Amino acid sequence: MSDHEYTPKSKVGKWFNDRLPLLTLANHLTDYPTPKNLNYWWTFGGILTFCLITQIITGIVLGMHYVAHADLAFQSVEHIMRDVNYGWLIRYVHANGASMFFLAVYIHIFRSLYYGSYKSPREVIWIIGMLIYFLMMATAFMGYVLPWGQMSFWGATVITNLFSAIPLVGESITNWLWGGYSVDNPTLTRFFSLHYLFPFLILGLVVLHIWALHVPGNNNPIGIDIKKPSKDTVPFHPYIVIKDAFALLIFLLIFAFFVFFSPNILGHADNYIEANPLVTPAHIVPEWYLLPFYAILRSVPDKLLGVIAMFAAIFVLVILPWLDTSKVRSTVFRPIYKQFYWFLVADVLILGYVGAMPAEGIYLLIARVATAYYFAHFLLILPFLGFKEKTTPLPLSITEPILGGSPDMAMARDNSNYKEKL
Amino acid sequence: MSDPEKKKPNRRDFIVTATTAAGAVGVGAVVWPLVDQMNPDASVKALASTEVDISAIEPGQSITVLWRGKPVFIKRRTQDEIDSARAVDLSELKHPEKDEDRAKNPEWLVMLGVCTHLGCVPLNDKGDYGAWFCPCHGSHYDTSGRIRKGPAPTNMEVPKYEFVNSNTIKIG
Repeated sequence: MSDHEYTPKSKVGKWFNDRLPLLTLANHLTDYPTPKNLNYWWTFGGILTFCLITQIITGIVLGMHYVAHADLAFQSVEHIMRDVNYGWLIRYVHANGASMFFLAVYIHIFRSLYYGSYKSPREVIWIIGMLIYFLMMATAFMGYVLPWGQMSFWGATVITNLFSAIPLVGESITNWLWGGYSVDNPTLTRFFSLHYLFPFLILGLVVLHIWALHVPGNNNPIGIDIKKPSKDTVPFHPYIVIKDAFALLIFLLIFAFFVFFSPNILGHADNYIEANPLVTPAHIVPEWYLLPFYAILRSVPDKLLGVIAMFAAIFVLVILPWLDTSKVRSTVFRPIYKQFYWFLVADVLILGYVGAMPAEGIYLLIARVATAYYFAHFLLILPFLGFKEKTTPLPLSITEPILGGSPDMAMARDNSNYKEKL
Repeated sequence: MSDPEKKKPNRRDFIVTATTAAGAVGVGAVVWPLVDQMNPDASVKALASTEVDISAIEPGQSITVLWRGKPVFIKRRTQDEIDSARAVDLSELKHPEKDEDRAKNPEWLVMLGVCTHLGCVPLNDKGDYGAWFCPCHGSHYDTSGRIRKGPAPTNMEVPKYEFVNSNTIKIG
């Protein structure tokens, strides 16, 4: 970290800071040198922090009115919607907040994929991010079970049955997860407990994520190393704070549109029918943000291999820093990767679409091709492309293309060595 | 460093090993109750069996009852359905089981109405084999509840049951 020595001005501040250096931390966060070319794709970190806090606050409030019992859960949710003051608002913010959280996290992840933010020296930031993403999916899944509607119940049944694919111990594991022989009250109460816990684990990981980010500093749209602080950086406050705040306001407009004008459009009507263990809804679909993985699961005709493929689709992202062999971070300088990047975006969108369709006929065929391409992108194209692709020349610094030259001679030398190595 | 005396285990090594071992046992003893509390509890296990009156079921009809929170199909099969189930060559089956072993009394088929793929409840009188079809991921079952087509790995499970008398089945 590039912190200069900091001494609080006031006597009290100095006394306190000598004992617990919170003011040094606050100073580090305000002065934190940030690349000055960060675009709006970099505002989603702040937006995600906002989403997490929103989910925690609305969730704690909902927990005051919700009853985690198979006989009462459904009614208690309707009670929140009809009787509790502003209960409808708080629940709709929480339910749509989950979708907005995932929308933001997908943009955040694809930002990293485009600008190579997962590459050295930021691998640990990326892996912590993937852990957060995994915990988000687990939390969202368990939260969706709590209203105890038909989709809650059958979604829980299908997802927990994934574990029954494990040879030998599969059945014992599912019974252990359920606390019985099917999804029932013990399952609901433990899901409530864990759904309350996980956001705080995510919060802890977010602190580590930001800590790990502040060691090398932000990546930037041209993906080169920069000297900090220098002409290439601006202090976090006020420059980035204002930019993040503006982006958050735009994001909140979209958020508010869903909450106030179409609060149920991202949900399923079946979830307003109370859970019935005797009747499976005709068409079970997970929430939209899990659809690509669901499509991968269904595209494989074997139960165990389907489950393995689904988890592998997430794991392949965790080891991405070592699969992408290219030393150039930003896609701006990788003309061939740029095309594959957009193929991947299209592929994931297609997987999401077929995940919502019935698993038969043409949809199944498309899902299989898209699944194969998904894995080919990470396991074949990325490792190979790093060696073969001819990248375009990197600028010496962020200011160089505009002003010419580097703001720092040492940096200019570093970068020329860097380019020769390529 | 190359002193051979150092390589020999001494009393301190013994204490470290013994302490680590005792500590591991202690941690295990504390963790196990925390893990095992999630397993089915005594009240869940107590609901192990259920008795069902089957006197009102006509041939070709099927009822669904709850046992341990899971649906159980009790189907009174027609002669055609029995014949078609028994005529199948075992080599055609993904999970070969004779119909004679699945339905002791050929007229009555009792099985868990749970698709062995991911646990949905299959629909009756549907699918390519005129018996059960799972709407979730497209598994087709025959008139013996055997998997014939689709992602499910095994036949629908036949629970332990017995005829208490000609009108009553006890499941579990």
